[in-house]
Amino acid sequence: MTMAEFPYKDLIHRCFRCGYCKFPANWMDVNNCPPYARFRMETFSCGGRLWLTRAWLNTQIEWSEHLAEILYSCTTCRNCEIKCPLRFNVDIVNMVVAARSEMVESGRLPSAVKLFLENVELQGNPYGSSRTKRDAWVKGCEVDYFKGQEYLLYVGCTASYDTRAQKSIIALTKLFQKFGISFGILGVQENCDGNEVHKLGEEGLFETLAEKNIALFKKLGVSKIITFSPHAFNIFKNHYPQYGGNFNVFHYTQILVDLIKNKNIIPDSRLQAKICFHDPCYLGRWNNEYEAPREIIKNIPGVELVEMEKNRESALCCGGGAGNFQIDLLGGSKDSPSRRRVREAKASGANVLAVACPKCLVMLEDAIKSEELEHTLEVKDISEILAESCNVD
Amino acid sequence: MDNILRSLADIVDETHVSNRQEELFIYSFDLGTAEPRRPDYVVSPESVEQIQAILRLANRNKIPVVPLGGGLSLAGLAVPLKGGILIDLKRMDRIIEVNEKSRYAVLECGVSQAQLTSYLEKHHPQLTHSEPGAPPTATIAGNLMIHGQGDLAQPYGFNSDLINGLEVVLPTGEICRLGSCAVGSEWFTNHPLPDINVFLGWYGTTGIITKLSMRLFPAKRIRGTGQFVVDNEELVPEILFKLTHTQMAEDIIAYSRAIPPFSDGLQHITVNIAADTEKELEWKQEILWDDTLGEYIRNGDGAYLGFTMGLERPQISKTSDYKKGGGFEYVGSIMPIEKYPDCYKIGRKISEKHNIPYTVTGRCVGVGHSMMFAWTYAFNRAEPDTIRHAKEALHETDDIVVELGGVIWKPGIYGQKLIMERLDPATRELMKKIKKLLDPNGIMNPGNWDVK
Repeated sequence: MTMAEFPYKDLIHRCFRCGYCKFPANWMDVNNCPPYARFRMETFSCGGRLWLTRAWLNTQIEWSEHLAEILYSCTTCRNCEIKCPLRFNVDIVNMVVAARSEMVESGRLPSAVKLFLENVELQGNPYGSSRTKRDAWVKGCEVDYFKGQEYLLYVGCTASYDTRAQKSIIALTKLFQKFGISFGILGVQENCDGNEVHKLGEEGLFETLAEKNIALFKKLGVSKIITFSPHAFNIFKNHYPQYGGNFNVFHYTQILVDLIKNKNIIPDSRLQAKICFHDPCYLGRWNNEYEAPREIIKNIPGVELVEMEKNRESALCCGGGAGNFQIDLLGGSKDSPSRRRVREAKASGANVLAVACPKCLVMLEDAIKSEELEHTLEVKDISEILAESCNVD
Repeated sequence: MDNILRSLADIVDETHVSNRQEELFIYSFDLGTAEPRRPDYVVSPESVEQIQAILRLANRNKIPVVPLGGGLSLAGLAVPLKGGILIDLKRMDRIIEVNEKSRYAVLECGVSQAQLTSYLEKHHPQLTHSEPGAPPTATIAGNLMIHGQGDLAQPYGFNSDLINGLEVVLPTGEICRLGSCAVGSEWFTNHPLPDINVFLGWYGTTGIITKLSMRLFPAKRIRGTGQFVVDNEELVPEILFKLTHTQMAEDIIAYSRAIPPFSDGLQHITVNIAADTEKELEWKQEILWDDTLGEYIRNGDGAYLGFTMGLERPQISKTSDYKKGGGFEYVGSIMPIEKYPDCYKIGRKISEKHNIPYTVTGRCVGVGHSMMFAWTYAFNRAEPDTIRHAKEALHETDDIVVELGGVIWKPGIYGQKLIMERLDPATRELMKKIKKLLDPNGIMNPGNWDVK
């Protein structure tokens, strides 16, 4: 692809590299762009990525593994789009994704990205685990498969395969069962939702996944979907309609908060905890849902909800977005976003860091170990916290 | 890995050093019109000891060194003209101390304007600093280095006048302290020691500022901006004189611009006012707008446009997108305020010649002692012809500044040459001696203030 063919050729040069994109709302530091926070080189800033993309398309620089890593280290958290004061800001992430698409088209990808995509194509998940083991977590839970219930509970890859995230999906299914939510899962029929594939620039694979998933949902008569992951929530809600997949999509916290508001769930066990909530990018910045998780926490007796300095639109990404929970271009340092984030949680005075995303859960729990905060800070999914308060075993 | 790269990695770590094309490309650019020049290495240290080690390495190997702060001078001052090691200083971003009673802050050189603003608002809301209106990533040290001015320039002058002390790493690697911190551990004053500060305005050619102490000022509870407008540029100098006479403003800026079209030819004057009570604010407003500028309204020459509560800090600059092209650069100058009408007219003329919507701004520095007058030229980064026009306009403006008897502020290479051609020979010789003494191998930001 040449610059003339680049879909954002009329926009990409408009980035001045003024650096607003690095900040949170209160301007406290320049570490709210995950890759820039990790590496602190201008190449890894939002402006750096756009200028490098332009240089590559203009043949001022050549493709390299390092260039690809710079572009793929963007977690698509959208902090840049929120902070950039110029009118092209809505397309900043699109420009990065378009550049990645060109790398996919030309077959030049970092090996970890290539493996991620191969695994999704072969096994329907980025981990490379067998499709046949997708519902292994169900054993002993008595969760029904979807056969016309009111809701399809879309579990997602991380909660299906990651042993820590499995505990949180189990907590959610038990809550749903206790409080009479009619739901079923897809089990081994479930396939990757494609959000990360889309953001990694693999449009062809994404379309295949979307079309297959939509066909399956339609065949089974699905009309309402509850997603456990905000990433699935985003792609089902905002992209599947373009492929004919028009479903009523909910993130699970939106279902739970309604149950609490309608007094169908009354959390009754006191939890002596000070909890801060980490906004997942694909729930908050991408879908503007900041309050449902907080409302749930506020309704739990004995809990004090505290805020990290960077919250809501300014929340620092855990570093796991756009496949980085697996391809891990941002890990391995005290400056990794996940480690920065748990330090921010600790500084808030909380002893529980609540999450509403299985990727955040895994990323931040690993970071707590790296920071040696295990004895003072726990990461829990909202589903786990509510289950505990509702005495759901 | 080559030996220099290995040595730099040993000093810092492998993450924060590079000689890969991507880093060399990005760090080759200024954000204005200056031609890019690639460094050979980019390094991002996090301590003064690491900077010392880098400078010693560079000296041993006679490699050029270019220090970089926020990279927002727009004058190409941190473009590595002779290659070498570019040092990105932004990881040195610790706020070391804020002394409330003595009203100063001790900062590392990478602390940004927005970071300090945010920190003071949260931890010391009764204190503020003079913020320059640059993008939020602009560093405090970089602004001091170029003799910047901020939104307290009217009462307190240049930001570089507000320094209480500096820590500097000399080109040969020694650490040197200036001010009270040189005789004790306190950073509360720059006086009364012999003045040996030869680091401000030198653009890193005599050493790297690593820490600084700067004065803070009372943050009044209420701050806001009033706007006045006149249609005759000849009135601006006397208006600025009268406003500064009241000594009631924190910041006074006169500006004129072609966009939006209705404002073309009008001279706007913004006045920042601060007060601790509504009563104080009302009193100041009455003196400024009614007593001081009322005659212009009565004569039909001007109008009061209103007062907006709160300051935009940091300011949102959209100038770079005027031509939907991601670029602008300006010539700044330090001028007597009576030159405002000439400066305005010249700005219009040059802008029109190069088909650029004109934007001119004059900020009072001190009690009318001077103004920083700036001519801004936007360009489209994707259209080389607009860059060429902007560059020509900038050079023509540099020439005019000198002709008018002003001093070019933070001049790029072209402006530096104009100044050096006119510089008093004895002054030039002194600069040469200082440079030779401090930087015997000529490694520091070579090409700038070239006194060879």
